Amino acid sequence: MNNEELQNIINSWFPDSISNAVITETSDETESVQPISSNGLEFTEEDSQFLNVTVQPEHFHKLMSQLKSNSETNFDYLFCLSGVDWGTELGVVYHLESTTHRHIIVVKVKTDDRENPAFESVCDIWATAEFHEREVYDFFGIIFNNHPNLKRLFLTDEWEGFPLRKDYVDEINMVIK
Amino acid sequence: METTTVNTNFKSEEYFINMGPQHPATHGVLRLLLTIDGEIIKKVDPDLGYIHRSIEKMCERDSYQQIVHLTDRMDYLSSHINNEAVCLAVENALELEIPDRVQVIRTIIGELTRIASHCLWWGVMGMDVGALTTYFYGFRDREMINDIFEETCGARLTMNYNIPGGLMFDIHPNFVNRVKEFIAHFKTKLPEYDTLLTGNVIFQKRTRGVGILSKEDAISFGASGPIGRGSGYSCDVRKHHPYSAYDKVKFKEVLKTDGDAFARYQVRIQEMWESLSIVEQLIDNIPEGDYKITTRAVIKLPKGEFYQKVETARGELGVYIISTGTKNPYRLKFRSPGFSNLSLLNHIAVGGKIGDLVASMATLDLVIPDIDR
Repeated sequence: MNNEELQNIINSWFPDSISNAVITETSDETESVQPISSNGLEFTEEDSQFLNVTVQPEHFHKLMSQLKSNSETNFDYLFCLSGVDWGTELGVVYHLESTTHRHIIVVKVKTDDRENPAFESVCDIWATAEFHEREVYDFFGIIFNNHPNLKRLFLTDEWEGFPLRKDYVDEINMVIK
Repeated sequence: METTTVNTNFKSEEYFINMGPQHPATHGVLRLLLTIDGEIIKKVDPDLGYIHRSIEKMCERDSYQQIVHLTDRMDYLSSHINNEAVCLAVENALELEIPDRVQVIRTIIGELTRIASHCLWWGVMGMDVGALTTYFYGFRDREMINDIFEETCGARLTMNYNIPGGLMFDIHPNFVNRVKEFIAHFKTKLPEYDTLLTGNVIFQKRTRGVGILSKEDAISFGASGPIGRGSGYSCDVRKHHPYSAYDKVKFKEVLKTDGDAFARYQVRIQEMWESLSIVEQLIDNIPEGDYKITTRAVIKLPKGEFYQKVETARGELGVYIISTGTKNPYRLKFRSPGFSNLSLLNHIAVGGKIGDLVASMATLDLVIPDIDR
């Protein structure tokens, strides 16, 4: 299935997206203007070899379980789950592949809340997410709701801060050039 | 008349024991917290981080040439393939045309790396289940490959032979002959592996029906490499997303459907034959040409996101680069095969005995620095 068909199928799960699609005005003209639908699904193929979709946290879990269970998409292989600190926003990037159709999609979810960033866990959809989400929690402090065992994985329980955040400071151990 | 009394106060209880962080079967500094009832495993809780160096954070301050050298400290038995992953990601992002000679040499050395890694695995696999001799056989053959590597690039393990744009230097004049010698040697030795261990009754009893992983679970747990293929899940990156010279060679993706420890064992033995065949197809046909193309001294990737997957000896390694157009990556994530493969250990070990856990872990072929990064 090509990216356009994928995009249409995903949009059809959130029915108000096509009719209410609006172009948002951004003051920064250098950035490309993306159509944002009322349900907040944002598709782009720019700057990436895969189809990217950014989803609002409230729709996130529904989208993910649809991507897995729908027979046309059938994204059953979560091959990469990465936390990212975009400066002001924290978020998680999910790389999904279908082992039957062999298509790939990248799902991104972001939040501005740096104090208590929280998303729904996808452990119930892909078993591998349990470890990967613990890793993201360990390094970015992102909380995953409904995770069966959310605690630090690599660092000790007493560790302060989240090292892979961009604002993390450790004057003793970090060598900054 | 005497009666035997049964002490009903004595209940079987669950208790914890530590396996590792320094245990021969964990092959490195991995600590497993086992919850046990008698000798039956109820839960396996891996405790990681003993060799965590935060390579991903270091990558954010290093240039792309420097990052290549960090990657062979992850899965040190697939160091060449790890280097290749970063180089390919950078080359694809810059849209560089890599000479055929480089691609073929990379593929040959990648497959030799896979054989060397599987030789070591086979040796320690036998040792884990009580057959010490295999260790010496496996290391004897691996030694020949390491000697070839040493002659060509100066290092035996952390090779650093790849650079973005090609190879650090051309192959040694002896390379082709020594590889051919190795192929001839290993073809007579690989059948010995089967006669020594595969058919052994004790070995089969230790591995058949142990640590069963279904195909659905393998996909859900993100298993890759011989573990996924042992469960009948076609996951070979070399087939599905070919890179370097893999689209020019013929090889079979080895699949077994049993999903137990023995199936994973068989996949690796078969893979060594396939790797030999790949090397044989390429070794006489190394194209003439440059061994590298000149790149800028300071490599800047365009703004955007780049993903590259390769098949290491352990499975699928992913390199996910987010670039803002500077000389360092903004974020670099390594999707390491060992990390996902470890996550299914609890699933396959529960209900078995501690001895089964050792056998299952041996067939997972874990390299701890790859998991911790």
